[in-house]
Amino acid sequence: MQFGIFTVGDVTTDPTTGRTPTEHERIKAMAAMARKAEEVGLDVFATGEHHNPPFVPSSPTTMLGYIAAQTRDLILSTATTLITTNDPVKIAEDFAMLQHLADGRVDLMLGRGNTGPVYPWFGQDISKGIELAIENYHLLYRLWREDVVDWDGEFRTPLQGFTSVPRPLDGVPPFVWHGSIRSPEIAEQAAFYGDGFFANHIFWPTEHFVRLVGYYRQRFAHYGHGTPEQAIVGLGGQVFMRKNSQDAVREFRPYFDNAPVYGHGPSLEDFTSQTPLTVGSPQEVIDKTLTFREHFGDYQRQLFLMDHAGLPLKVVLEQLDLLGEVVPVLRRELNALRPADVPDGPTHQARVAASLTDADTNLETSNR
Amino acid sequence: MTTRTIVVVSAGLSQPSSTRLLADQLAAATARDLPAGTQIITIELRELAHDIVDNLLTGFPSPALGEAIGQVVRADGLIAVTPLYNGSYAGLFKSFFDVIDAEALAGKRVLIAATGGTARHSLALEHVIRPLFTYLRAVTVPTAVFAATEDWGTATGSGGDLTARIERAGSELAALIDRSQPAAPADPYASVPSFEQLLRSR
Repeated sequence: MQFGIFTVGDVTTDPTTGRTPTEHERIKAMAAMARKAEEVGLDVFATGEHHNPPFVPSSPTTMLGYIAAQTRDLILSTATTLITTNDPVKIAEDFAMLQHLADGRVDLMLGRGNTGPVYPWFGQDISKGIELAIENYHLLYRLWREDVVDWDGEFRTPLQGFTSVPRPLDGVPPFVWHGSIRSPEIAEQAAFYGDGFFANHIFWPTEHFVRLVGYYRQRFAHYGHGTPEQAIVGLGGQVFMRKNSQDAVREFRPYFDNAPVYGHGPSLEDFTSQTPLTVGSPQEVIDKTLTFREHFGDYQRQLFLMDHAGLPLKVVLEQLDLLGEVVPVLRRELNALRPADVPDGPTHQARVAASLTDADTNLETSNR
Repeated sequence: MTTRTIVVVSAGLSQPSSTRLLADQLAAATARDLPAGTQIITIELRELAHDIVDNLLTGFPSPALGEAIGQVVRADGLIAVTPLYNGSYAGLFKSFFDVIDAEALAGKRVLIAATGGTARHSLALEHVIRPLFTYLRAVTVPTAVFAATEDWGTATGSGGDLTARIERAGSELAALIDRSQPAAPADPYASVPSFEQLLRSR
């Protein structure tokens, strides 16, 4: 079981002080969070990708390469990499390069993005979002598995005799998660390739995502990758902790009330009862997080959102210290419950070992 | 025989509300032309006002609002009644339909009605409210009922009076419901294309 943090990378005014960090401060804060994540024993740091204010992370592999040089064990990932508006050739190249520099500590989560104007800025159309995700990933998948690719698709220039360099480290491409909030088509896509499926999970009620993950598990089995229970599932979560539950509520409330996503809407109490958000003591976070397994089954990766709504870096780092105390308990409990035939979270080393022992069960890819 | 369900959405904000009064009379007129035992569920949007705004902000309904939306989506017939504010539907009325999935009301049989201070506003039903349901691909009955304040004091049997319009609209909705199959909500997971279809259709 892997635990980590994911960040949207928003520049948001701290509602308690009125202070807005600079882009430079925010970017450096994200790197500091990643270093802290490794220090407190977390497994994964994932950054979002955005191309409009108030967000800073437009260039994820640059950021992750910098973090790779400052960490030893942390898996560097994304939440999400835009499979719709990025050229799949550039994704193949950038993440293969990062994979080499980080000695394999790299995976990525693909998403469509949800901001209409971003699509035309990159020459695309949001109404083609699903089609872009399907075609672009099919090309990315092939670029990482076939040394020479001929390609003719709807959305990019054809390729004749193209080799994406560098080739994936040890011949094993980075593991791919497909993230979705509402589209069963993306769960279907993840299931087809036997890739991971990540349910954002935060901000919306658990029941909604239970259906989506259930569909992915069923289709994962349909495509012959294993049993539904063996499908690779990741979940988001959002917590704010203090030793004393009431202190957590008092301190987080102004951030909640003014948060970009749900601020000025439901009360903190309603939102925590209706969504996975937990504001309270470390024990309350443990209790709530353990319920995720009851809803979704044994799963492989839990990422927490710790730094949005204008929380200052100092507070975020304190939160990560507390998360470092919570995670060993969750890790012990969830690992003990997971049956032996349900895989652990994906790592490069394990995937290299599997590729050496398994017959090549790669999906046959045809050129339309 | 399957019991039919009529859901009444009333966006009146005052209590007591003439909008609710009109809604109740339309429901009764519809039920009179349907078999005994037809179920009538009335949703007062006032009670869901905060939940509706929260849903606009967060993207998901509270349990109470989710229940109300589910009732509307599963209904065999819908009676939608709003007061007219500034020549159009009440903002709360529009917001309620804004938080329902845009596909969810396709084919829904709907009777539209409105209340207002004077009859000068009556065409708002045709110019504003019917197009909303046309956009949602609902099937509205031909008679839309407008009740101005003065209508509540008009004698019955005078031709074109409010009671006659209510009866006609109710009969039209009942006839549509009577001819139709019981409503079955669309299941988004039932129609997901297989990956082979997704890949081929690009």
